[in-house]
Amino acid sequence: MTKKVLLALLTTLVLAGAAITHTVRAMAERPDRQQADASVLVDRSGGVRLDEPGRLVFRNTAPGPDHGKVASVSLADPAGPRRISGLSCDRFYLSAGTGLCLATAPGPLPSAVAVFVDKELREVKRVELAGIPNRAKLSPDGKMGAWTTFVTGDSYSQSGTFSTRTGIMDRDQDQLYSNIEGIPLLVAGERHHAEDVNYWGVTFTRDNKRFYATVATGGRTHLVVADYDAWEAKTVRENAECPSLSPDGTRLAFKKRVSTDNARPWREHVLDLATMTETPLAETRSVDDQAVWLDPRTLAYSLPNERGGSDVWAVPADGSGAPRLLVASGSSPASD
Amino acid sequence: MYIASARSGPSEVDGKRQGRVAGNVLALGAVSLVTDISSEMVTAVLPLYLVLGLGFSPLQFGVLDGLYSGVTALVRVFGGNLADRGQRRKLVAGVGYGISAAAKLGLVAAAGSATALGLVLAADRTGKGLRTAPRDALISLSSNPDTLGRAFGVHRAMDTVGAFLGPLAAFLLLWMVAGGYDTVFFVSSCFAVLGVVLLGLFVTDQRGPMPPSKAVSLRSAFGLLRDKGFRRICGWAVLLGLVTVGDAFVYLLLQRRLDIAPEYFAILPLGTAGVYLLLAVPMGRLADRFGRWRVFLAGHASLLVAYVLLVGAADGVLLLVTSLAAHGIFYACTDGVLMAAAGPLLPAELKTSGMALLQTGQALAKLFSSVLFGAAWTLWGMGTAVTLALVALAAATLAAGLFGRISR
Repeated sequence: MTKKVLLALLTTLVLAGAAITHTVRAMAERPDRQQADASVLVDRSGGVRLDEPGRLVFRNTAPGPDHGKVASVSLADPAGPRRISGLSCDRFYLSAGTGLCLATAPGPLPSAVAVFVDKELREVKRVELAGIPNRAKLSPDGKMGAWTTFVTGDSYSQSGTFSTRTGIMDRDQDQLYSNIEGIPLLVAGERHHAEDVNYWGVTFTRDNKRFYATVATGGRTHLVVADYDAWEAKTVRENAECPSLSPDGTRLAFKKRVSTDNARPWREHVLDLATMTETPLAETRSVDDQAVWLDPRTLAYSLPNERGGSDVWAVPADGSGAPRLLVASGSSPASD
Repeated sequence: MYIASARSGPSEVDGKRQGRVAGNVLALGAVSLVTDISSEMVTAVLPLYLVLGLGFSPLQFGVLDGLYSGVTALVRVFGGNLADRGQRRKLVAGVGYGISAAAKLGLVAAAGSATALGLVLAADRTGKGLRTAPRDALISLSSNPDTLGRAFGVHRAMDTVGAFLGPLAAFLLLWMVAGGYDTVFFVSSCFAVLGVVLLGLFVTDQRGPMPPSKAVSLRSAFGLLRDKGFRRICGWAVLLGLVTVGDAFVYLLLQRRLDIAPEYFAILPLGTAGVYLLLAVPMGRLADRFGRWRVFLAGHASLLVAYVLLVGAADGVLLLVTSLAAHGIFYACTDGVLMAAAGPLLPAELKTSGMALLQTGQALAKLFSSVLFGAAWTLWGMGTAVTLALVALAAATLAAGLFGRISR
């Protein structure tokens, strides 16, 4: 018996050692603990402001202590040196001089914060969230904020439960919908009840009266349009995720599932809302992002790179041309 | 805390009369504890890994998961029978634990290939299906039939401690290593390996004489249903399983009713688990003293109370505390107690087969009821669906109480 106990203790020690070694090594590989990437040029002369015209703001993903910080480059020379702020986010968006920063909150249970910041990146409002940050977006006037997190806490007792949580905040009214999944929903004209309804990827119209989003239920994803004041939503078409309204509100960029290959399931499209015709964009790589409109003709989005990080790319919104690299080692592009 | 007191006995008199919980049960409890840490670590982060790490759609994940529930059911009956046939319960359980441990490492190796990942997950479920019935048969064969309820209570309490710690460990790791799913899987596999080692070192097999070559077969396993007592217990367990709403729905209802802030939603299942692990042993003892079937039915009555509270009998903190307590009591009164009730009805040479049959029937019934409840929710809305479930559960519990006399 003592021999067995000794053997068990020994095994426990070896396994604990292996587990700890693996964890410590993985912690050391965190991008923010790496040496700063010398090939990434940094402009330390100025800070990041959200009201400066001609700048592209993004999340810096270059390895080094500034990993995850909000940064900006000149739109005229996006490959040029970047200015880096002190604000860390997992997802960032900017509109009308206001920023929305979605960040992981420290703690053993997955939780996050959505932080509204002013033009100097100072915090003006903070909302505590559950889950892992995924999408963040502001209305064109910066007054409405929306975010999506992934939640999996339900899995203590039942495997396979998975859900998204999408919140909307009206900053002027100080009104918060922490989870919009209770919004009355019409699917193909019929009132829909289901426990498996999940929303993600909100985008607002210019007048803040309506928003588009993705809803998943019963094994399908739909594009929905919702009336904010009447608080009801209806499906528009199937298989259109992470919508993003063009500045003039006439077109909607979205990702469409075009392949069952999980390595590259998406293709970014643009939907003309007047004719309801969709156009595949010249980007043939799988874009898993809520694209942003840099101007009425150009979309920007991030794609994973070979270094384990991501780059920001741009592509014409009419299906012509070819994608071009905007910023190496960046994500969450946004510009006013 | 009850684990410790169960070993020493709350009073010496009690301890002497009932004897101690068998070392084998404690060993199996320890194996389950570390194995549950391992498997719950993976369960907690797998959806995130598939969707955020690999770009699966949440819908694909649901399909993938449903598929494997079927696999488990089939494997369980077959594995249980195999264990009886060779009187090798420890070996079959060990193979099950081993396959699952290998699958945890396979998750790292599969690295995003949907096919490989599908195979790995199927292997993991196969392992789980293989080990459950031989493990429960070992608990049953290692224990004094008079204190079987307590033995299962001790095992389930230890098991639940593991289920409690697993997700916490996983999220802690994910917090320390951002995006570190590989780390979670690796650490999980370390726990799984420890479980296999503990099983090998400390669990003794309970091998009866080799049965005659034709005595144990799939046919004879299903033949167990010819026994009136066992057939009844299976029938009622399946019927009650059919009217039991899945846990996820209970938490969802609670969240809707109370408008619980999302950041606290994840903590709800901990309430159930906490009550379950505290009461598993006392309820097992109660079952030994006053009848296991009675306690099993009382558990369903407690679930009924939870449903009544959920449809509107209480509100606020009272609703939260009482419904979670009732839900936890339901588990403490039913999960291990059912196995303890069935154990003495089964001949030793077919112990594993019988338990596998019962567990499979119950699992399929619960799966089916989840689908039904989901459909009812979709068709008629939340309120009607819960009311229907409540009426069905009340009717089934009452019927089982009136007509379901199960003798020991």
